[in-house]
Amino acid sequence: MRITCPFCGERELGEFTYLGDAKPQRPAADAGEDAVYDYVYLRDNIAGVMSEHWYHGGGCRAWLKVTRNTLTHEISAVEAAAGAGAAKVGA
Amino acid sequence: MAGDQANRLTSGGLIDRSTALSFRFDGKNFLGFKGDTLASALVANGVRLVGRSFKYHRPRGILTAGSEEPNALVELRSGARREPNTKATTAELYEGLEAASQNRWPSLNFDVMSVNQLFAPIFVAGFYYKTFMWPAKFWEAIYEPAIRRAAGLGRASGVSDPDHYDKAWAHCDVVIAGSGPAGLAAALAAARSGARVILCEEDFVLGGRLLADGGTIDGLPAAEWVARAVAELEAMPDVRIMTRTSLFGVYDGGTYGAIERVNDHLPVPPEHQVRQRLWRIVAKRCVVAAGAIERPIVFAGNDTPGVMMASAMRSYINRYAAAPARRIALFTNNEDGWRTADTAIAAGLQVAAVIDARADVSPAHRSLASKGGFPVLHGSVSAVEGGKGGVRKISVSLTGGARAEVEADGLAVSGGWNPAVGLTSYHRGRPKWRDDIAAFVPDGAPPGMVAAGAANGAFGLGACLREGFEAGAAAARDAGRSGNIGSMPVADDAAFSLTPLWHVAGKCKAFVDQQHDVTASDVELAQREGFQSVEHLKRYTTLGMATDQGKTSNVAGLAIMAAVSGKSIPETGTTIYRPPYVPVAIGAFAGHHRDENFHATRLTPSHHWAAEQGAIFVDTGLWKRAQWYPRPGEKDWLESVTREVKAVRGGVGFCDVSTLGKIDVHGPDAGAFLDRVYINAFSSLAVGKARYGLMLREDGIVYDDGTTSRLAEDHYFLTTTTAKAGLVMQHLEFCRQVLFPELDVQLTSVSDQWAQFSIAGPKTRDLLKEIIDPAEDLSNDGFPFMGAREVKLRGGLKARLFRISFSGEMAFEISVPARYGEAMARNLMIAGKPFGVTPYGTEALGVMRIEKGHVAGPELNGTTTAGDLGLGKMMSTKKDFVGRVMAGREALTAPSRQVVVGIKPTDKARRLRSGAHIIPKDETPGPENDQGYVTSVCFSPVLDQWIGLGLVERGRERIGEIVLAHDPLRGEDYDVELCNPVFYDPDGGRQRG
Repeated sequence: MRITCPFCGERELGEFTYLGDAKPQRPAADAGEDAVYDYVYLRDNIAGVMSEHWYHGGGCRAWLKVTRNTLTHEISAVEAAAGAGAAKVGA
Repeated sequence: MAGDQANRLTSGGLIDRSTALSFRFDGKNFLGFKGDTLASALVANGVRLVGRSFKYHRPRGILTAGSEEPNALVELRSGARREPNTKATTAELYEGLEAASQNRWPSLNFDVMSVNQLFAPIFVAGFYYKTFMWPAKFWEAIYEPAIRRAAGLGRASGVSDPDHYDKAWAHCDVVIAGSGPAGLAAALAAARSGARVILCEEDFVLGGRLLADGGTIDGLPAAEWVARAVAELEAMPDVRIMTRTSLFGVYDGGTYGAIERVNDHLPVPPEHQVRQRLWRIVAKRCVVAAGAIERPIVFAGNDTPGVMMASAMRSYINRYAAAPARRIALFTNNEDGWRTADTAIAAGLQVAAVIDARADVSPAHRSLASKGGFPVLHGSVSAVEGGKGGVRKISVSLTGGARAEVEADGLAVSGGWNPAVGLTSYHRGRPKWRDDIAAFVPDGAPPGMVAAGAANGAFGLGACLREGFEAGAAAARDAGRSGNIGSMPVADDAAFSLTPLWHVAGKCKAFVDQQHDVTASDVELAQREGFQSVEHLKRYTTLGMATDQGKTSNVAGLAIMAAVSGKSIPETGTTIYRPPYVPVAIGAFAGHHRDENFHATRLTPSHHWAAEQGAIFVDTGLWKRAQWYPRPGEKDWLESVTREVKAVRGGVGFCDVSTLGKIDVHGPDAGAFLDRVYINAFSSLAVGKARYGLMLREDGIVYDDGTTSRLAEDHYFLTTTTAKAGLVMQHLEFCRQVLFPELDVQLTSVSDQWAQFSIAGPKTRDLLKEIIDPAEDLSNDGFPFMGAREVKLRGGLKARLFRISFSGEMAFEISVPARYGEAMARNLMIAGKPFGVTPYGTEALGVMRIEKGHVAGPELNGTTTAGDLGLGKMMSTKKDFVGRVMAGREALTAPSRQVVVGIKPTDKARRLRSGAHIIPKDETPGPENDQGYVTSVCFSPVLDQWIGLGLVERGRERIGEIVLAHDPLRGEDYDVELCNPVFYDPDGGRQRG
């Protein structure tokens, strides 16, 4: 499998580490235990197109959101995580 | 007859008659020529019996001339290089080659186990399952060893492979499998378009079937056309031709696996060269021009030596100028098989008869028969007479019921052709059936791949060239290349007509899978017993599961299954195709990653110095760390470690701790970021101070710990444990990029940039004053406990100094750029000499941390909470952090949890062992009263006894209680006392001093 990193270009699978379902969003601090429980433990396991987190540890260390068909391994989109990339200017 | 190449034809062939090569087979000397395979050289020398079969030990000869060979498997080479199950049909002959036949004892000619043939009626499919069931314990002790001795193939060398294997990547626009007419035409079209082309050919000569079958292309003899095509390709800079290279698999994203047999054709690889190279080829497009495999017809005695595929006979005669027989009979059900009769006659061999299963034979072939003076018999072969000496007589059942007999010493068989559908089917593709050629052809292929020529069911030479050329042009176009492809090579198409015939019913054994000794009746039996699915058929009978993966047997097996179950062949279906297409040595997959190079080795900055000191090293992950430094006269590790601990506690010592993960955290939000990833606060940490931090997983379990120092308002320096260095970096990047992208913070791994030493003991300051600039104030006021700042060394080098202590002594950690690490170690030794400085290893480090009750890997084991470790109070209630909510769950805060506690045997002389279970005193140990276990132990020089840490239920409430340490693994039970985990200097006065 090959993943096109938005920063590094097309690279081989061995450079990446898989995390899993990218859908769950970390709940706000006051969301309560049930919401956090869902976030920590409930994962979709889709036979088909799935949004996943991958880490380009063998390259630029960016976290990526990869849209992948788990049946065919076809990758239809790769985007960098919101905080990936160079330091913000100012802020 | 043997040894003199008696069956070598006097002219022709692609062999170099000027280079004779001597070789040995089963201890006998033979001669062959350069350009021979082991099989062709054996054919030329009249050797027909080359092995014994897997189950029945039947005599077997050579069936094919290619990588589909099921029978002619040998042990190639000797000693450590002995390679079992090597196909004689693909092994290139070299001077001094040694090969031995397999699965026979004491000799190939007289094989004791051939008695198995007498018992053949009981060795049917599922025989082992049915027979060796009782008594159960006999299986391991008696049945299995006996069966393993009797059945099987070659022997592994049993010693380490002395050769090297390589792994490499290649990238191109178009990769082509096969260099027959379709492959060469594809390569020409793609290369002329300007594409970067890799052409893989498993043989050592390019040309595929053209080498044996010839033909006319563009008005030229095939050999000349091949030479021109190859010359044109070789002249192009972006074409790479790889012979002796099999494309064996296709993987996601246009990645292909190929095995290059770099030096298998030499006795020993030249110095500094590899035997084989495993390629991963990344290609935008792939053209599979892997050809087709001629298939046998299953009839009684079809495994007799001398029975050979018709196309293989042509290969031996035309390519190798070696006659497999003098008087050849041909059994065919198709037009193509007749070419073997042409070839035999042209080579001056006798044709005994042609047995054609079809109703009609073309007028051209009729006149060939009358000119050649041999009969054409309509019918099929019903039996073959001949044992280990090979074919003598052939019985024929004629259409209409009469019988005939044919005297011959060789029988060529052609049942039609099966396209090589492996590569195109590896992504769970199912090939489709084509009635006109009675064969499966690819039905689609993995993305980017297309089959052309015979691999696609196009058997005519003209069609192969056309399909190949068009596929090559299209592949190049898809890859964005648009050069002028020139003119397409042209040839005539021979007519292909076939009447399917799979199995001739008969009384004697008729083999479907010759390598696994699976007969037609085994397939029928499997069907009767209900194993009707092809996947069940395969596993029950082991059809197609040998090293040849059923290349000559699978389709015949399906056809027989279909016939007895009354279904069509496409209804019966195929099994799933899986790579590799040809066997690939495990050594090639491992490449250089074996023995000490199995993984990378990381050396600490002071490694070479430590080695000079005679340090004993321990592997921790990829690192080699100094474990202890033995001195002359010390009788064991314990004596050395105890000395090191005493030297630190009484004077000063140092230890390389560079293996800790080190991360620079920069940015205006650095403090806020650390607040979210650690359970305790870091935004409140003063510049110039360090703090111990604990981080949790989101599920509330402890993940890692370490000290973090604030070097500037917007700059923290964070350390992790050695084991988790990479994972913590990954976790922190996830937090930064995914969870908290709004924070303005950057992380930089600096683990390899800094050499870090722990310097500990009451004389630490005395030592540091010798190496640090006198202007730096190291006093308790000028550099208090948990202080952290940059300092200048004598000579001007800048270093980072941290007043942190893992040992419980007055201690500092000092960081210098990694390239000064070794110099630092040497200077500490020189400067520390007056104070008796002692280098110490990871064992002494561990002893001192246990004496101080500090938790480490054995306690941070992925099941413990901050509370379990006695660090619950560090959890901030004023902020959110990773793991906060889940850590508050009932089960993770239950008072009955197992928590860290100190443990010491009541008998001071007793050795404590980690892993021992804690049981209430006077109770019988069992799972229901197992209250925890010992996690870390050491011999404490301070207490002069073994001590440890453990995780024990309600341990903190039970200080002083005597419990049982139960160690069933070592058969020990002894009393221990639960105690405060801080054995040494509990109020911490020494580290603050």
